[in-house]
Amino acid sequence: MSSAWARFALLAALLLAGCEREKRVYSGQPATNPAGELYQENAYDVAQGKRLYTWMNCTGCHAHGGGGIGPALMDNRWIYGGKIQQIYRSIRDGRKNGMPAWKNRLTDQQIWQLAAYVRSMGRYVRKDVAPSRDDALNSGKAESRRERSAPLEPGR
Amino acid sequence: MRRVATIFLVSLLLTNAGSAADGEWPVASGSPQALRFSDLTEINTKNVARLKPSFTFNTGLHHGEESATLVVGSTMYFVTPFPNYLYALDLTKPGAPVKWKFDPHADPASQGEACCDTVNRGPAYADGKVVMNTLDGQTIAVDAATGKELWRAHLANIRIGETLTMAPMIAEDKVLVGNSGGEFGVRGWIAALNLKDGSMAWKAFHTGPDKDVLIGSDFHPFYPQDRGKNLGIKTWPADRWKQGGGNVWGWVSYDPQARLVIYGTGNPGPWNPDQRPGENKWTSGVFARDVDSGQARWFYQWSPHDLYDHDGINENILVDRDWKGSPRKLLLHPGRNGYLYVLDRTNGQVLSAKPFVYINSSFGVDLKSGKLIPNPAKHTQTGKTVYDICPTAAGAKDWEPSAYSPRTGFVYIPHANLCMDEEGVQASYIAGTPYVGAIVRQKPGHGGYRGAMTAWDVAGEKIKWDHHENMPVWSGALVTAGDVVFYGTLDGWFRALDARSGKLLWQYRTDSGIVGQPVAYKGPDGHEYIAILSGVGGWIGAVLTNRVDVRDSTGANGMASAVPDLPRRGKTGGRLYVFRLG
Repeated sequence: MSSAWARFALLAALLLAGCEREKRVYSGQPATNPAGELYQENAYDVAQGKRLYTWMNCTGCHAHGGGGIGPALMDNRWIYGGKIQQIYRSIRDGRKNGMPAWKNRLTDQQIWQLAAYVRSMGRYVRKDVAPSRDDALNSGKAESRRERSAPLEPGR
Repeated sequence: MRRVATIFLVSLLLTNAGSAADGEWPVASGSPQALRFSDLTEINTKNVARLKPSFTFNTGLHHGEESATLVVGSTMYFVTPFPNYLYALDLTKPGAPVKWKFDPHADPASQGEACCDTVNRGPAYADGKVVMNTLDGQTIAVDAATGKELWRAHLANIRIGETLTMAPMIAEDKVLVGNSGGEFGVRGWIAALNLKDGSMAWKAFHTGPDKDVLIGSDFHPFYPQDRGKNLGIKTWPADRWKQGGGNVWGWVSYDPQARLVIYGTGNPGPWNPDQRPGENKWTSGVFARDVDSGQARWFYQWSPHDLYDHDGINENILVDRDWKGSPRKLLLHPGRNGYLYVLDRTNGQVLSAKPFVYINSSFGVDLKSGKLIPNPAKHTQTGKTVYDICPTAAGAKDWEPSAYSPRTGFVYIPHANLCMDEEGVQASYIAGTPYVGAIVRQKPGHGGYRGAMTAWDVAGEKIKWDHHENMPVWSGALVTAGDVVFYGTLDGWFRALDARSGKLLWQYRTDSGIVGQPVAYKGPDGHEYIAILSGVGGWIGAVLTNRVDVRDSTGANGMASAVPDLPRRGKTGGRLYVFRLG
């Protein structure tokens, strides 16, 4: 192979690497699935989300909405936003101060169900969609009996 | 003459105790034997009412300030909660300005792996080096004079829920460090690093095969239930020991004569006991190990097959004193399960175990077999709520260390008075997430108070006096040769009690709640000072620092219902207070 060809190949490689250098890699796709909104309208999905909430050890950090290691979910303070699309992103991709990412452990549908259940904790869903009394030790009023928290603060 | 005799007696006792007789506070526990006793007498019962703040220092942080403030030479050292800044304050200058500040650049993700707030219990000092732990799992040595990093060792992995919150302990040329993470299905260990370069000298796990636990031919536990091959595997269902806990996040004591490292192990994981039938060795117990090899000498299990998150990590106070007419080498341990244990520290035999709080979860400790006698009516299990269990998951007493005065012969125990309801639920192991399996609701205990400072008479095996507190006491204790006991409260009071009578002699309201460790030292001006970090936090303080919504009684693992009033009683914010006679 002539040295001219070698130089050309090297140049081409450098140029291609340059394209790679400029490539944007995002942490994940934005949560703009309009169908996602529908999960919080459905009592079955909210109930499934509640089961996942226990199974995935969410209670270990967020308790039954009151928080502990992680922030409370039944109040109206939202560090990363309280709209269902924002909650979905927090669960799917995780957050840097300790929230783990669940995208490799749960299906997309399960993450939407979890997000829908989180919305019910501060009663941001309809009363007849939010879960009723727990089978386990009572931690306070059932989701359906809670007052709706004050209007959402805009996400930071 | 009497005064001279007293001084002679005290100095005799101190030589025995190995305390810093020159007025320094070089180790978090005051001495390797963990007495938290200062031989300084300038501040005493007669004049303590004249204490005034000498200087304060704002850390600018809003989580639990649990660090001890070490004083070596004319410099004070302490570590903040995450991001774990290490400060050196120059005590020779007015207002004690910052001499240097070291930032370890800890990973923010570690905040999500800390069960009980993002705390740090303080640094250690030896040979011109200050050694600290970081929440994200590193042990770092810096030059005490300049604050320049000398070495760092990455020991714990936050991806599986391991963190470091304990104060390292330096014994001989070894730095002893243990991991936190008993609520994350972590396998507990203690490691000894070589002080000179941070390389690993030995590491012992607290579950699994004998070779991992460093159990060999030197191991001679006093009771037969602790003898046998590979009990760290056999006392667990298949493979459960791999997530079994037994962490070392509390206090390490050192007996220089015997060259023994003595420390407790944490709770087994998960809390739900139905998921781990067996005695779950070597969790919720106490080990004595050879400092050079790490080989275990003896072990005793405070809570076999623990049912209540009763870690065994509380302080072990090593004293040589009379016991029923003969001099003995003792170990005093106020346990999370509510008993004040007196052990023979040469072999691990239990000499006494009497309750220092109201207990209904067990009936006592059988001194013949050494076994805790559980109350079957309070046995927690999956799918069943058991009401009114006393003490709670946080224990009769949590990590907050007691003090012992050789002058009075009393142990000064800061503690809680709480009970709880608990239901076991199936916990799934998912690496890096909490592995607990219990729904817990804590509440005030009997008697209309939620905490106390209790003086325990070791010889009489009974409570000498109690000073009740409205809220659980989460601060450590200090006792001085001036016969004054110091500690702080969750609502911010820093108090001084008479060590003999328990009478309140002086108090000062700090800006935030106190969960720190008071220390006494002699300043460069020759005067005695008392230092305490204020700044609410820890498991209980998380109700305030982490803005728990107390409508959920299980918030912060049940602390929301124990102190629902904390958010309105106090505010967050770290500040060091140093007092002297005015």
